Amino acid sequence: MTDNKHLLEYSIPQLLRWRVKTSPNRPALREKDFGIWNTYTWQDYYDHVRKTALGLRAIGLGKGSTLALISDNIPEILFVAIGAHSVGAVSAGIYQTSMPHEIAQILQSLKVTAVFCDNQEQVDKVLEVRDQIPNVQRVIFEDPRGMRGYRSDDWFIDIRELYRLGDLEHAKNPALFESLVDQGKPDDVCHLCLTSGTTGLPKGTMLTHKNYINMGIQLTEVDPLEPTDEYVSFLPFAWIGEQMNSFGVAMAAGITLNFPESVETAMSDLKEIGPHFMFGAPRIYETIRSQIWLKIDQSYWLNKLLYNYFIKIGIKAAQYRMHGKSMPLALKITSWLGKQFIFRPLVNQIGFLRLRRAYTGGAALGPELFTFYQAIGVNLKQIYGQTEIVGIAYMHRDGDIRPETVGKPLPGTQCKISEIGEILSQSDSVTPGYFELPEKSAELLEGGWLHSGDAGFIDEHGHLVVIDRISDVMHNKKGDMFSPMFLENALKFSPYIKEAVIYGNKEDFVACLINVDPIVVGKWAEDRGISFTTYMDLSGKPEVAELIMEQVIDVNSRAEKEHFKIKRFALLYKLLDVDDGELTKTGKIRRKYVQERYQNLYEALYDETVDKKDVEASFQYQDGQSTTVKTTIAFYTVKGV
Amino acid sequence: MAQLTISDVTLSFGGLKALSEVNMTIEPGLITSIIGPNGAGKTSMLNCISGFYHPTRGNIFYKDKKLTHASPHEVSNMGIARAFQNLELFSGLTVLDNLLLARHQNLKYSFLQAVVFYGKASRIEAENRAYVEDIIDFMELEPYRKSLVGNLSYGVQKKVEVARALTLAPDILLLDEPMAGMNQEEKEDIVRFVMDIQKEREITVVLVEHDLGVVMDISDRIYVLDFGEVIGSGTPEEVAQNPKVIEAYIGEG
Repeated sequence: MTDNKHLLEYSIPQLLRWRVKTSPNRPALREKDFGIWNTYTWQDYYDHVRKTALGLRAIGLGKGSTLALISDNIPEILFVAIGAHSVGAVSAGIYQTSMPHEIAQILQSLKVTAVFCDNQEQVDKVLEVRDQIPNVQRVIFEDPRGMRGYRSDDWFIDIRELYRLGDLEHAKNPALFESLVDQGKPDDVCHLCLTSGTTGLPKGTMLTHKNYINMGIQLTEVDPLEPTDEYVSFLPFAWIGEQMNSFGVAMAAGITLNFPESVETAMSDLKEIGPHFMFGAPRIYETIRSQIWLKIDQSYWLNKLLYNYFIKIGIKAAQYRMHGKSMPLALKITSWLGKQFIFRPLVNQIGFLRLRRAYTGGAALGPELFTFYQAIGVNLKQIYGQTEIVGIAYMHRDGDIRPETVGKPLPGTQCKISEIGEILSQSDSVTPGYFELPEKSAELLEGGWLHSGDAGFIDEHGHLVVIDRISDVMHNKKGDMFSPMFLENALKFSPYIKEAVIYGNKEDFVACLINVDPIVVGKWAEDRGISFTTYMDLSGKPEVAELIMEQVIDVNSRAEKEHFKIKRFALLYKLLDVDDGELTKTGKIRRKYVQERYQNLYEALYDETVDKKDVEASFQYQDGQSTTVKTTIAFYTVKGV
Repeated sequence: MAQLTISDVTLSFGGLKALSEVNMTIEPGLITSIIGPNGAGKTSMLNCISGFYHPTRGNIFYKDKKLTHASPHEVSNMGIARAFQNLELFSGLTVLDNLLLARHQNLKYSFLQAVVFYGKASRIEAENRAYVEDIIDFMELEPYRKSLVGNLSYGVQKKVEVARALTLAPDILLLDEPMAGMNQEEKEDIVRFVMDIQKEREITVVLVEHDLGVVMDISDRIYVLDFGEVIGSGTPEEVAQNPKVIEAYIGEG
């Protein structure tokens, strides 16, 4: 691979110009429209950026202006964004699903001067809050459908009109655009990326040309991409996960970006393109696996037989491959056969045949999912990063995939764990700060390190392990840190465990309440001839407790640190429920409430002399009736902890 | 000039008068709705226009052409397309094939040209596909292009039915209860399409619909039928205040 460090000296428009010089006629963008894939070469791409840039300049954008983008992924979103960068303006992405009042707030706080919308739906939202956004001078739209009634209002401008204005400017002064592009510097801020605001208003993270390009270079240094490689752009553009690919990776590696026909067709368009790498949240991979299982289940007997035989071999082979070990010859041969007979055709069905790497990030993904994908020949890897460091800063390396970690830092990224256990990073991709929030920026970048707000540690293989948000972690009596969510996830990766509540803040050891999975454990009990009536009855069975004990011991055996080990547990007699206020609407545990409600169980967990306790359980049925039942709950101590 | 003129049309089945001396004028570029209680003759009226029935007496003119006795394919060739209340689609074919099939009247090449599939035949097929793709884009049917119609939900099938009528490139589109059996969201969706058909594609729309709310919202002109007779007509406001219409809908007060 050629050295591409010199790319860091460019701004994004300058890098685009460099791409045009080196490969003007290679496809840069592709969009499916009217059922046909239409190609834009790098030259076309640059021409469109020029038209838009000069058009934007003609309607008054320049240094100090901010242009917001509210649009599905279409080539025009890049023309407009990079066009804005070319004239020294800054772009900002807003989620298409935002409500009008949210849009108004964001437009105000980011001091936006112009908005780009893809269609009438988004235009109408901006129109609804027009009186609250006096700074917005123009609204550019792409799809003229339904815009008839707005023609007379010159607040709105069709992108074709913008192109026309740009062409006029270019005819008048052909050297203007090049000189504008020349003025760009790699350290200029080019985009404001909204960070998900769990509290209050979202913040606009300022990102520079260099931030994006550096990320692209770092990533491709580890996982090289060829200019002939394909990528399907289907994640929301306002999310860093999409921008890092279209601004960073695509520019740095010269790959082709493909835009689906519509959001609904993204998955079938992906099949047609057959991308070489993809990025997605865990949910996408979970959904695809369910689809594969369903398809296999519906397939005829020979397919099922082959699949069930070879998946076992595939999983065995995956274990070797994930840890970079060489396989015994017999396994090598059988796993090769499995790949040829069943997995290649299978993977081809979902469009993953050419996929060299699939990245997952954003949330925890169960280890069995990694093994599953590796077994069918999809190289699924965990990444870790955040908006403030352009998405990816840590990543699994090929042949070194450990599902419980997020891998090693990218080249050029330094990692440090602070005294309080926070993950700190340094690289050329770290943001210069938040837009007009100097205090927050100073906090974020204190001491020259990017403060992630996540707790973590580096394991013996040099991999980073992310534990939890710092604000959620607990400390035991000795002051050692641990994450309840991390341990709960570890437990929940067992199919028999539905929910778990971890305790241990300022205690001697970790203890937990466990909800068994009614369906899986119910089936397990049935298969063994253990009869039960209700969920309460099932949870109270000593055989079930033994089963869960095995799971807990298994989790303990994989614990990175001694104080992560679970010492005591009890099986809760009812499922934690949203309606009872024990879970949030998104299914997260409301710790404080759960602790109060089950105070008596909590006390018993930390009194090692108690092994049984009579409790009164109050229930609320779905029809609103409630009743109280007396039951005995058993507490189990794990030996050797 | 009126685009479609219905003059003194009477339709009898034996002794039963489905329509009696109906007069209507359909102005170009507008949404004209025909409403009325069950059995009022709304669908019969559409059947007369589209050539499935021929009026016993009276005449129907499209611009200055008389189509009183024209057959359905002649009517459709003139530029009047119809979307049916009970879907008339091939459920074993894909959405794309259903729409391409609707353009068969444009397939004007010989058997030999079809065999060679070069020159005229391939050019015409490509034109047809481009036209159909434009309709698919317009009706937002991209996710279903290659799905069998029979496997689609009722709401989507209705959209395909309207799309099929649109592929005929009509000047007038007859919509027979496009919103029947739909939930609120699907109805709103179809209303948006009907308005776009009128405004963006500049097609005259004749709408037969039960949902009075929808009709009052989007119609430029309304005709009210009851027992085969026009009992009221005019703008939605005029019709809403017409005592005869109120009586037919609410009963004698």
